[in-house]
Amino acid sequence: MSATDLQLTETHPPAPTGRRVRSPRLGIRAGLGLGFATMYLSIVVLIPLAALSSKAFDNGVSGFWDAVSSPEAWAALKLTVLAGLGVSVVNAVFGTLIAWVLVRDRFPGKSLMEAVIDLPFALPTIVAGLILLSLYGVQSPIGINLAFKVSGVVMALLFVTLPFVVRTVEPVLWELDQEMEEAAVSLGASRLTTFRRVVFPNLLPAIASGTALSFARAISEFGSTVLISGNLPFKTQVSAVFIYGQIESDRPEIAAAVSVVLLVLSLVVLLALDGLQRWGRRRG
Amino acid sequence: MASATTAKTTAARLGLRAIAIFYVGIMLLFPVGLLFWRTFEHGIQPVWDQLTTPSAAHAFRVTVIVAFWAVLGNTIFGLVTAILLVRHEFPGKRVLNALVDLPFAVAPVVVGLSLILVYGPHTSVGSWFADHGIDVIFALPGMVIATMFVSLPFVVRELVPVLEEIGDDQEQAAWTLGASRRQTFLRVTLPSIRWALAYGVVLTLARSLGEYGAILVVSGNVIDHTQTAPLYVGAQYANFNPQGAYAVAFALAAIAIVAIIILNVLRPKERT
Amino acid sequence: MGIAVRNVTKRFGDFVALDDVSVEIPSGDLTALLGPSGGGKTTLLRIMAGLEQPDEGVVEINGVDATKLPPQSRNVGFVFQHYAAFKHMTVAKNVAFGLSIRKRPRAQIKSRVTELLELVHLEHFADRYPNQLSGGQRQRMALARALAVEPEVLLLDEPFGALDAQVRKELRTWLRRLHDEVHVTTAFVTHDQEEAMDVADTIVVIAKGHIEQIGTPSDLYDRPTSDFVMNFLGPVTQLAGAPVRPHDLEIVLEPGEDAVAGTVARVVKLGFEVRVDVDTADGETWVQLTRADADRLALSAGAPVGVRAVRAPTTEVPADATVEPVLDAFGG
Repeated sequence: MSATDLQLTETHPPAPTGRRVRSPRLGIRAGLGLGFATMYLSIVVLIPLAALSSKAFDNGVSGFWDAVSSPEAWAALKLTVLAGLGVSVVNAVFGTLIAWVLVRDRFPGKSLMEAVIDLPFALPTIVAGLILLSLYGVQSPIGINLAFKVSGVVMALLFVTLPFVVRTVEPVLWELDQEMEEAAVSLGASRLTTFRRVVFPNLLPAIASGTALSFARAISEFGSTVLISGNLPFKTQVSAVFIYGQIESDRPEIAAAVSVVLLVLSLVVLLALDGLQRWGRRRG
Repeated sequence: MASATTAKTTAARLGLRAIAIFYVGIMLLFPVGLLFWRTFEHGIQPVWDQLTTPSAAHAFRVTVIVAFWAVLGNTIFGLVTAILLVRHEFPGKRVLNALVDLPFAVAPVVVGLSLILVYGPHTSVGSWFADHGIDVIFALPGMVIATMFVSLPFVVRELVPVLEEIGDDQEQAAWTLGASRRQTFLRVTLPSIRWALAYGVVLTLARSLGEYGAILVVSGNVIDHTQTAPLYVGAQYANFNPQGAYAVAFALAAIAIVAIIILNVLRPKERT
Repeated sequence: MGIAVRNVTKRFGDFVALDDVSVEIPSGDLTALLGPSGGGKTTLLRIMAGLEQPDEGVVEINGVDATKLPPQSRNVGFVFQHYAAFKHMTVAKNVAFGLSIRKRPRAQIKSRVTELLELVHLEHFADRYPNQLSGGQRQRMALARALAVEPEVLLLDEPFGALDAQVRKELRTWLRRLHDEVHVTTAFVTHDQEEAMDVADTIVVIAKGHIEQIGTPSDLYDRPTSDFVMNFLGPVTQLAGAPVRPHDLEIVLEPGEDAVAGTVARVVKLGFEVRVDVDTADGETWVQLTRADADRLALSAGAPVGVRAVRAPTTEVPADATVEPVLDAFGG
């Protein structure tokens, strides 16, 4: 074949990428749909959150800061964030492990395990709280008493956040091309090295995403901690409980201020990890 | 050499399996099993009695009504938004996409607080409604909005990947065959996403039935009035009626388990 | 008549997919839109169907301006590269779709569906679902579905692109026979020149958003009006600086005045044809010989030979040549 044959495709510019580009003008029906969606979001989510942010600064920035840095609020925040971080790290490890076993292993009862993982998603938080109280509380059948202790709070948080990392990592593991691992092994890598250098980097975005979700959920948790912790200020009171207390005591500015802190924390963590996930998707 | 690595692999595999089973068992199965045991400690009759008290029955009724409206609203919102996000271009699309996920970042009690701040009896919006005879906070409408808030993302998040994967080829084929947009939506789009939609609806429903923190703040927790089943559990326990609490907790857990079974049946269909 | 586009331009952002393109698909013919990927042929097809809107220009169907009509109203059948089967409907329901949209009576729908399924030889698959069919079967179903509503024009977008080579060959012969039976004005997009030449009455070569040439398969093959068309439609080599088809060359053992001198570089046996690479003063040439001729010549690497054209080589397109005016191809 002459050289000119080979040049053929190169001389023509690549077509715009697969997806057809749509015109940026919306039809009437889509425009109405967008209007509806925006209105719904505003009524349910946006306006309330705006009111919250406004209330938090009712007494200006100094008022906000005073509310957030009061000893009780601060103690609650510290406990909440530390517990949230600790629980999220545990979930990152165990969640990945469980996802691995669910995807790569086969044994009788696996589908039961697969189904059970969803339980904390579907169970009302107060029911979880009741269950944990009966298991780890004063009347514990196994003799473990975590009532009024931080460890009780931690157990409650571990319960409700268990599924997050599992559920974000599982689909990625399913999609993972096992040929990559086979290539690594054929090049002499041990299973551990293969996991560390081939599989894990590909799982990292999903693990990060699940951990972020787990953290956001953990710092927001109310119903499951309320019973076992006894809500002792400075000891076992998490921020969500503190906020509730402030609402009941008719101090909405303080409640709003601490709420804003929680909200910002969640958003920062979720955004950071969304960024990480997008970076991961671009690579892989 | 080969058998040594296989043995190591098998040991590792069994080890991982054991850890996973142990962790899930201790953290999930054992506690839930204990719930069942504690509930039926004294037999079935006391449980039934507790479940059929007027207050308990009322609580279930309120829960179902609130959940129904929240699921309806979020399903419609979910369909509209998913189609907008996948099939159309418009300025602010990425903002809309991010806003849909916002409820995941908001603690339930904070949801309740924000709603009181907008729709409470002392606000301009709230008093306007009150003047027209509608109570929002400490009444059903507020509870419905709170529940909509916390369960907002599920339908959208289930539909978007499926709509993206299916692509709009089928819809275009329908147009060339003469179908109007409405006919295309009803006869081609909707059927092609039905499992993902069902999955999203079940998730929304389970979340709506079980919401505690937001409803606690927004409803005022008035027994026989605005108290939902989850609130009932908390209240009964606080009022030294653990049997009542366990009975309703058991009922809610049973509903959650049914939901999970349905989800697990739907999940493979949703994936294809 | 048939379907025509006039002065159509289409841009996607900065990318110009079609630049002032005018083409007529004659009524009753089977026409191929041939060209490399990204050249604009699929865009053109979709504009004809109403699935894209041109930025400038007009689409006419049977003489009527259809540019503003939505695809629903154009009565143009469309077959997609990846079938676009309605996965949740049976084969029969897929084929019946257009008819049920038009609210035809049930008995009529049933008989028409049966008729079409027999036409495409899927009558035993009526109650199966698309995912139970092979790729080739799905595409036949898609064709039946498009034909069910008796479209005035049938458009196919790389209809065999997603299929195995063997199935592709079978289906394109089948498409030709179907067209001979049904006679619907048909246009199909392909980047495979063999497919276009095998099946089409007329070929429209499109590249970089422009029409390169329009003509019958032999017009394009034997009388290309540009280097691009010549290169795209068949093998090309050079002799004494002029482009020529390798099978239009022959090898002689006694170099004469009309034969270019050269040395055999390689002899490759490819089934029934033999390819001989020859180094000449102007560069490398390759000659396509039949096995009989090659055996007769008994060539080996390093042998001195002469290469000459059997037919007059295609002369280089003069720098100021223009592409054949579009409508001349149809004598209009």
